[in-house]
Amino acid sequence: MIRHWFQTGKPWIWFTASAVSISMILVFGLLLLIAARGLGHFWPGDILEFHYQEQDGKTPILIGEIHDEKAVTPARLRDAGIEIDGDELVTRYLLKIGNRDIYGQDFRWVIGPNMRDLRTPEDLLTVERLEWGNFYGYLQTVKQAGVTVAEGDAAWLALQERLSRAGNIQAEIHSLEKSEIGAINYGMERIRLARRGLELNNDNDPVKLAKLEKERAELQAEYTILQQRLTGLYQKINRDSMILRSADGREVEIPLAKVVHVYRPNAMSLLDKLGFYFAKVGEFLSDDPREANTEGGIFPAIFGTVMMVIIMSIMVVPFGVVAAVYLREYAKQGPLTRLIRIAVNNLAGVPSIVYGVFGLGFFVYFLGGNIDQLFFPEAAPAPTFGTPGIMWASLTLALLTVPVVIVATEEGLSRIPKAIREGSLALGATKAETLWRTVLPMASPAIMTGLILAIARAAGEVAPLMLVGVVKLAPSLPLDGNYPFLHLDRKFMHLGFHIYDVGFQSPNVEAARPLVYATALLLVLVIVVLNLAAIAIRNRLREKYRALEN
Amino acid sequence: MSSSTTPTHAIDMDSLGRGSATNRLADEAACLEIKHLNLFYGEKQALHGIDMMIPKKRVTAYIGPSGCGKSTLLRCINRMNDLVDSVRVDGEILLDGQDIYDKSVNVADLRRRVGMVFQKPNPFPKTIYENVAYGLRLQGIKDRRRIDAVVEKALKGAALWEEVKDRLHESALGLSGGQQQRVVIARAIAIEPEVLLLDEPASALDPISTLKIEELIYQLKDKYTIVIVTHNMQQAARVSDYTAFMYMGKLIEFGDTKTLFTNPREKQTEDYITGRYG
Repeated sequence: MIRHWFQTGKPWIWFTASAVSISMILVFGLLLLIAARGLGHFWPGDILEFHYQEQDGKTPILIGEIHDEKAVTPARLRDAGIEIDGDELVTRYLLKIGNRDIYGQDFRWVIGPNMRDLRTPEDLLTVERLEWGNFYGYLQTVKQAGVTVAEGDAAWLALQERLSRAGNIQAEIHSLEKSEIGAINYGMERIRLARRGLELNNDNDPVKLAKLEKERAELQAEYTILQQRLTGLYQKINRDSMILRSADGREVEIPLAKVVHVYRPNAMSLLDKLGFYFAKVGEFLSDDPREANTEGGIFPAIFGTVMMVIIMSIMVVPFGVVAAVYLREYAKQGPLTRLIRIAVNNLAGVPSIVYGVFGLGFFVYFLGGNIDQLFFPEAAPAPTFGTPGIMWASLTLALLTVPVVIVATEEGLSRIPKAIREGSLALGATKAETLWRTVLPMASPAIMTGLILAIARAAGEVAPLMLVGVVKLAPSLPLDGNYPFLHLDRKFMHLGFHIYDVGFQSPNVEAARPLVYATALLLVLVIVVLNLAAIAIRNRLREKYRALEN
Repeated sequence: MSSSTTPTHAIDMDSLGRGSATNRLADEAACLEIKHLNLFYGEKQALHGIDMMIPKKRVTAYIGPSGCGKSTLLRCINRMNDLVDSVRVDGEILLDGQDIYDKSVNVADLRRRVGMVFQKPNPFPKTIYENVAYGLRLQGIKDRRRIDAVVEKALKGAALWEEVKDRLHESALGLSGGQQQRVVIARAIAIEPEVLLLDEPASALDPISTLKIEELIYQLKDKYTIVIVTHNMQQAARVSDYTAFMYMGKLIEFGDTKTLFTNPREKQTEDYITGRYG
């Protein structure tokens, strides 16, 4: 019977199908895990207030959000010196107590049975601050210029209004500092470099110097005006503050200028929470990071990742295609081309960190150093291209992925029917014309396949980037409104490195862990989107250059 | 080139082929002269001392069993064999008196003068219009109106205009096999070559398409010197004025079509056309 079943070949079908199923389950499980862990972070959970039975007999009030829970055996707790009755498993909670400025830490473990009188009072506040993380507590009073203007129930309403005012001023300050003053600084630096350049050339042309001096004076004047505006704004924003009472009864004054959000999660309806949730996700996607990357958004990292992949694609495709065309179309096929192909294939197997080392040694120090000497002597001793940056990172990754493009393109070229080439040649086309007008367009879907594989590899690569251009926090994006707009010499942030940095280099690992998941999810999404875009282009090309059917 | 009077060209549908039996090879003006042509694939000789003249504005057919070298010979005329690495040619092929294997000849120019249509329709994966305009674009012609005119003329010349005039900007790959082959012919005649080489142009097509191609060949010979390789003896008899029979890389017999089919000089020719081998 079994024998017969084996002979039908069905076990083979089951075996292969189960391999596919397991792969699918693993992939979806992975996505589900990082999605659940990452996305949950933005949900405004309830804040608990309770009396906690400490080991020293005191019962202080604790306020916080439950972040994690774990079942532990009583024996283990007893080993740790915690008295506990019974033999049943005990739940231990990781409580986010916030208020790092007064407690010194944001998190503590509490034991389930020792928590008494659990309450979720509606007027408990979560204050998301620019510094020191969250604050949990009760709103006491709102102050304006040091004078109390609202107390008790009225305080909450007064706060709302003042918060939105502070938010507007904050946005104004941000745009002033980032774009306008940023542009002036950039302009000043350019003038400084231009003057230094004249000095180096021993060019003392008074006309040129006067022109530069005039430009500098104009910028300086603009800057003075902006600086005054900025000072005014800072004074305005520092007007208001609020007094909060923490769980242990201490009163803390928080200036509204340092506040990002104030909300009462316990009083929010599900709809409110949903709205808040999506607003938080939106901020995560569009804001700059704060507090050593453990708070705020990751927009610069998304931008840097996408930008680097695009620059890499622009560099890797022409290079790979040209190399493949020579290998397949022009080179005499023989031992030498075979050797080159073997070398190219092996290049794809070299560990990526090795490319990073090469990129640092060759691109950054050698190429970049020479470029600086030749073209940017006025900036010396500060390096321009002689330091890691997005161009070198992209080039390093282009080098890493060029074998994939070469192999895919060669494959594509070899699949173009001979009849098509002959048809073109018979019309009086030269080989180059045939290649350019017919063969390469027909091979373009294969080239795109190569690019897709290259993107898939490059977007997830972190190790080499750490050597050639990625930083923990980049002060400005590689693309902005200052001429020449695209700054290939700048360092940039990258999602992959961001995961590593937040997860392992962060001063506040517990707070940052959900961000690690969220960032990982985002990295996967970015790669998927980049790939889907490339696949869509490829499918269009395939449709257009569909090979002969008969 | 020999000077001669062009004989009147009567069409006698009842006789073998549409070629006229009154034509005599010796009276024709030569378009191509093949002189002692040998061709080697590496060590293997594929063509042995071919000597023949191909008359101007006539249809000349090559027949012979598979592997006899008729396609190879055809591909010598526009130097398509250059693409094969191991090929070596000696001898001469004169096109209007000039040796096409001379060093001074630009192969691309030669192929512009000697067009070719292949066994399998090989339109480019472009629109019908762009297929026909391909040769013009290669020559750097950009004038839109001029290209329009040439495309129309070429498609009319290939008897395809009526069928495709409303979908010139659709992919040529959407056409039937016979239509594709006529697009390829239109593509070839758009650049007005002097000679048109047809390498079994109908062998991949259905009977009706074949018939259309044959009619087309008949019309085209007013303007072009046509050399056709065919597997099909009936086809050779129907479309050609002159027929060459090749066997094992040698030219066995060459003469006007009617004579060759009705009264061959060589025993091998007779054996082949009566179906004793091949």
